[in-house]
Amino acid sequence: MAASDKIGAVMVVGGGIAGMQASLDLADSGYKVYLVEKQASIGGTMAQLDKTFPTNDCAMCIMAPKLVATGRHHNIDLITNAEIAIVDGDAGNFTVTVKQHSFRVDPKKCTGCGSCAQKCPVEWTNEYDEGTKMRKAIYVRYPQAVPLVYSIDPERCIGCGICAEECKAKAVEYDQKDKVLEVKVGSIILTPGFDEFNARLKTEYGYGVYQNVVTSIEFERIMSATGPYFGTILRPSDGDIPAKVAFIQCVGSRDEHCGNEYCSSVCCMYAIKEAAIAKEHTSQVNPTIFFMDMRAFGKEFDEYYNRAQNEWGIKFVRSRIAAVTENPKTKNLILKYVANGEPKEEEFNMVVLSVGLRPPVDNETLSRVMKFRLNDDGFAQTGAFSPVETSRPGIYVAGAFSAPKDIPMTVAEASGAAAKAGSVISSARNTLITKKEYPKEMSVEGQDARIGVFVCHCGVNIGGVVKVPEVMEYAKTLPNVVYAEQNLYTCSQDAQERIKEKIKEHKLNRVVVASCTPRTHEPLFQNTIREAGLNAYLFEMANIRDQCSWIHMHEPKAATKKSKDLVRMAVAKSRLLEPLQNLTMKVNQSALVVGGGVAGMTAALEIAKQGYKVHLVEKEKELGGVAKKLYYLPSGDDPLAYVRRLDKEVTSNKNITVYTGAKIRLIDGYVGNFKTSLESGEEIEHGIVILAIGGQEYKPEGEYLYGKNKSVMTLLELKERLHKGDPLGKEYVFIQCVGSREKGHPNCSRVCCTGTMTAAIEIKKKDPKAKVYVLYRDIRTYGFREKYYKEAGNLGVTFIRFDDEVKPKVEEKGGKLEVKVMDEDTGKEIMLRPEYLVLASGTRPQPDAGTLAPMCKVPQTKEGFFLEAHMKLRPVDFATEGIYVAGLAHGPKFLDESIAQSLAAVARATTVLSKTELEAEGIVARIDEDLCDGCGICVPTCEYKALEVVAGKKDPKKKLVEVNVGLCKGCGACVGSCPAGALTQMGYRDSQITAMIDAALEGQMPAKKEVKQNEH
Amino acid sequence: MTEVVHHTIEDKKVLDAPSKEWEPKIIGFLCNWCSYAGADLCGVSRYQYPTNIRAVRVMCSTRISAHLVLDLFRAGADGVILGGCHLNDCHYITGNFHTEKRFRLMKELLKDAGIEPDRLRLEWVSASEGEKFSKVVTDFTEQVRKLGPSKVKKDAAVKAKVEAADGASETFRLKALVGKEYNLEKTGNVYGNRLEKSELEKLIDLAAKDEYERSLILVLSKEKPRSVKELGKIMDLPADKVLRHIVVLRQKNMISMDHPEGLTPTYRTIEIGGEQ
Repeated sequence: MAASDKIGAVMVVGGGIAGMQASLDLADSGYKVYLVEKQASIGGTMAQLDKTFPTNDCAMCIMAPKLVATGRHHNIDLITNAEIAIVDGDAGNFTVTVKQHSFRVDPKKCTGCGSCAQKCPVEWTNEYDEGTKMRKAIYVRYPQAVPLVYSIDPERCIGCGICAEECKAKAVEYDQKDKVLEVKVGSIILTPGFDEFNARLKTEYGYGVYQNVVTSIEFERIMSATGPYFGTILRPSDGDIPAKVAFIQCVGSRDEHCGNEYCSSVCCMYAIKEAAIAKEHTSQVNPTIFFMDMRAFGKEFDEYYNRAQNEWGIKFVRSRIAAVTENPKTKNLILKYVANGEPKEEEFNMVVLSVGLRPPVDNETLSRVMKFRLNDDGFAQTGAFSPVETSRPGIYVAGAFSAPKDIPMTVAEASGAAAKAGSVISSARNTLITKKEYPKEMSVEGQDARIGVFVCHCGVNIGGVVKVPEVMEYAKTLPNVVYAEQNLYTCSQDAQERIKEKIKEHKLNRVVVASCTPRTHEPLFQNTIREAGLNAYLFEMANIRDQCSWIHMHEPKAATKKSKDLVRMAVAKSRLLEPLQNLTMKVNQSALVVGGGVAGMTAALEIAKQGYKVHLVEKEKELGGVAKKLYYLPSGDDPLAYVRRLDKEVTSNKNITVYTGAKIRLIDGYVGNFKTSLESGEEIEHGIVILAIGGQEYKPEGEYLYGKNKSVMTLLELKERLHKGDPLGKEYVFIQCVGSREKGHPNCSRVCCTGTMTAAIEIKKKDPKAKVYVLYRDIRTYGFREKYYKEAGNLGVTFIRFDDEVKPKVEEKGGKLEVKVMDEDTGKEIMLRPEYLVLASGTRPQPDAGTLAPMCKVPQTKEGFFLEAHMKLRPVDFATEGIYVAGLAHGPKFLDESIAQSLAAVARATTVLSKTELEAEGIVARIDEDLCDGCGICVPTCEYKALEVVAGKKDPKKKLVEVNVGLCKGCGACVGSCPAGALTQMGYRDSQITAMIDAALEGQMPAKKEVKQNEH
Repeated sequence: MTEVVHHTIEDKKVLDAPSKEWEPKIIGFLCNWCSYAGADLCGVSRYQYPTNIRAVRVMCSTRISAHLVLDLFRAGADGVILGGCHLNDCHYITGNFHTEKRFRLMKELLKDAGIEPDRLRLEWVSASEGEKFSKVVTDFTEQVRKLGPSKVKKDAAVKAKVEAADGASETFRLKALVGKEYNLEKTGNVYGNRLEKSELEKLIDLAAKDEYERSLILVLSKEKPRSVKELGKIMDLPADKVLRHIVVLRQKNMISMDHPEGLTPTYRTIEIGGEQ
């Protein structure tokens, strides 16, 4: 296909966290994005969650910025309430037919005020709250929904016409038809997410019959402050606080009877989280988790598990629950199970079923329409070396649609899929995006403030409580206000035109809008005044809806007075506003990749394919890293052959310069402008850094006779021997968790269980008579890897569980190995005399992470892995911009996960590399060089490493703090810390804040008189 | 805004006339054009009927809202009779069709409140049916007499229930549904479809039940905080149903969680709460 045929646009199907991440990465890298979502609003499952593990962050708080960014991005078109009908064409040039269902509301007119839903007389259970709450026939899925457009549920609407009567914006269109859209795109990313397992199928647990048996996602809503019980844990049968709550794991997972043999990967952790949060919300709740294996395999998950056991008082019982019955009188639930070989019965007040993940219900339709393959379990088929590619070229996949997975891995894959989707059409980059052009900015220097105030009724949302005309008249009396008006909806399209007109007519040089929250609406109004030639920062808002009329709806007089105060405060600040410039910085459009393993090579190659220069630095003499030592993958793919192929591609790529046997001396600079020098003296200039330095296998010197007896080896050493075809033994013992999940190294190494299965299967295949024993604590073959556990079991591998506290003992007697282990299940000691003892030893970070971290100004975990900016939503970024992490350097993971993550790093890096210059924030810290004495107290307060003590330019003897505005995010932390008062936050100067405070207090005096009138 | 005007005629002594022997207190609402004229004709023709009824003239029977009727029962009325023109004869064309719909809601709410629905009657009496008027009133008075005095005055539980039914009758949801009912059925909805009568009635009955139960929860939790189980017991409603109502009421800021008793939270009605 000729390059000119390629379409510089991507379609993303599914608007959950993965779809949003992929869309944002692509739209920020020069591609047009169409985000298609089957529901009326984006957000997906994450929007339903109360908190997320292991950080216990509020899910909505961390995802809302992404929601808003996706909704507002001018290169992302949201096509919600829609499904894919036809896909024609090939990679680089697809034509997609999309069917969009009618909202029966005009999205352009709907302001999301919600008056319609308040008056709609038809109630129905709310899907977002999993049926625990009610909604109306006209509704939004959840209060923070994006787009915030109400839609009519055609199933429920009785057509009474009340919503149209209520809607002051005249947005309701009962005759709106379904639409068919034809969209041309170069590639497609599938992120449709997952469905929960239908718990009704496990009839023995009584879901749907017993009221106090709920699913884990229902429990999320029960826990949520926006849920039915406002965050108090209550049980549905009678609203009592459940003193004893049982969590039953693996409901619809690891269970061939229900057809799902795989492990759902996330339930262990979400159950611990739900148990912990439930207890935190309502202290009388005492949770017990019934599980088979505790699969806390992710980064720092085991620490979370340990704290749950030791600090938070959550009980863990290793047993599969046979059945649940109800005491019909108390509605309590009786659980029957076997523990330590004895049948037991225990009564609980409430039961939570940790339901597994299923492919989305429309998986087969998607597969048929888009022509890609599903695997045996109904998920999208991907390859061991191509984790984000479907079987159809040009169509990519991310998130739970390719396998059950948690949010961090989902987000990483989303970015990874964005990298792949972008590289197919990199020749068409920047062809379909629009860049907004604004008129030349008018100078306001030296002018007196001429303030225009626009007061919004928001239909009846404000006007129904606050006397808007009174507030408007009051605004006119304030100093420097030369114009004021009221609008039915100040955010409506026609109001924007009016604001622009009035700016011209009255020569306004400041604008104040009194309406809703700046968090959602400030960018809109800033855009409007820019269109009229004013600097965006000459704008101020007074929040008289969310923080006034909505909370004081029964006190109209007091609310009106408060609105006046808020307007007076905004006007006071507005008087002192000054134009701020978003500085631009040049970008060096080339990359430095540190580490030449699979992660590093993948990253280098992918960046090169996108058309940018890459410098790949490897400290060893040749490329390849740890992957060369794997020899076997459970899938049967050959890792060594893959490494060789990658190596060849990398070394022959013209955009890549490889430095082997090279060590980094110094990395200096900041996003867009880094300078790196190597030990050899070579200097490299580049715009971004990817840290892919890998990890290493722990050598357990001195443990279990390792290093003393030749028959004791690590897992990787065994694999090498197997590969070389060394003569086989007749009896093997594997010991798991060597150097993992213990003091000093509390976390799981994620890969060893599956690695052991791979090796054990290999041994049994070569010699079915060989005896293989695996001594373990929990088997953590998550996701589809469960099938290797099963296969090993079927081949006759014996699994013996030992207690965390009682490790196996290994001795050498007469040249023979003797392994003693206390079998946790039978309580008996077992003696084994294997020929070989294999230690599944953990993954450790590279020691040079410690020298690179301070150079790059990035943090490390206690164990020495790099610590990303946010464990959940920024899995490959650092707080320091322009630096990314991938592969084992971030933590233990499988090869496919490393590949996905390095692709993610590429997508994130491309958001920088694709630009010739970066725009910095307007709201930044500035330093007064005369006042600064270079004490450096401010330096550690900056999370973004934007401050540095340097020698003064005028007087090199004088020390001075320099603010790198390219890195500054404008939080103001440093300003508050400066003892000399030398730092200023633009847009939030002391004088501006003081002016607001003064204006607020000024209101106190007359208020005393008015209070009496307000008493009713 | 909430409908804050809480109209009650409880204090009026008219209905509370002291008498040794109980006599039913009956209020009649008569439409100006037919039933009031019929009553006049009845008098002109000297047809006799018992003295219990006190008639109130209104221009059309549809003026009488469920709230007015329930308010009367709250105040201790023993019977209420509505008189209107025969169907298709309404002076205002469709007024009495709306009356029919409202009447159905009144009956539903009375049933919920534990007041015998037979204490309320709707009759079509034309300007020429003087004799019919006398028969209707005589018959209705006897019917009410047989039912005995209204339980409202003596039974606090019934009083609370009637108050709840009254509250329900004032909700926007029921007013909207019943107000639109006739048109949705006869002329069609915004999509041009006529709704099936029985379907619509089912929907309204469910809504009425919901609103009545929610209103009763608010009435009961006004004087003291109550738990879900306690409310369930008083209202003879499954606790989970009560909890679901409380979820809605909390969302509307009409009730709030109070102190828990052990593991059982209690709820108290918010006096100035309510949806915007």
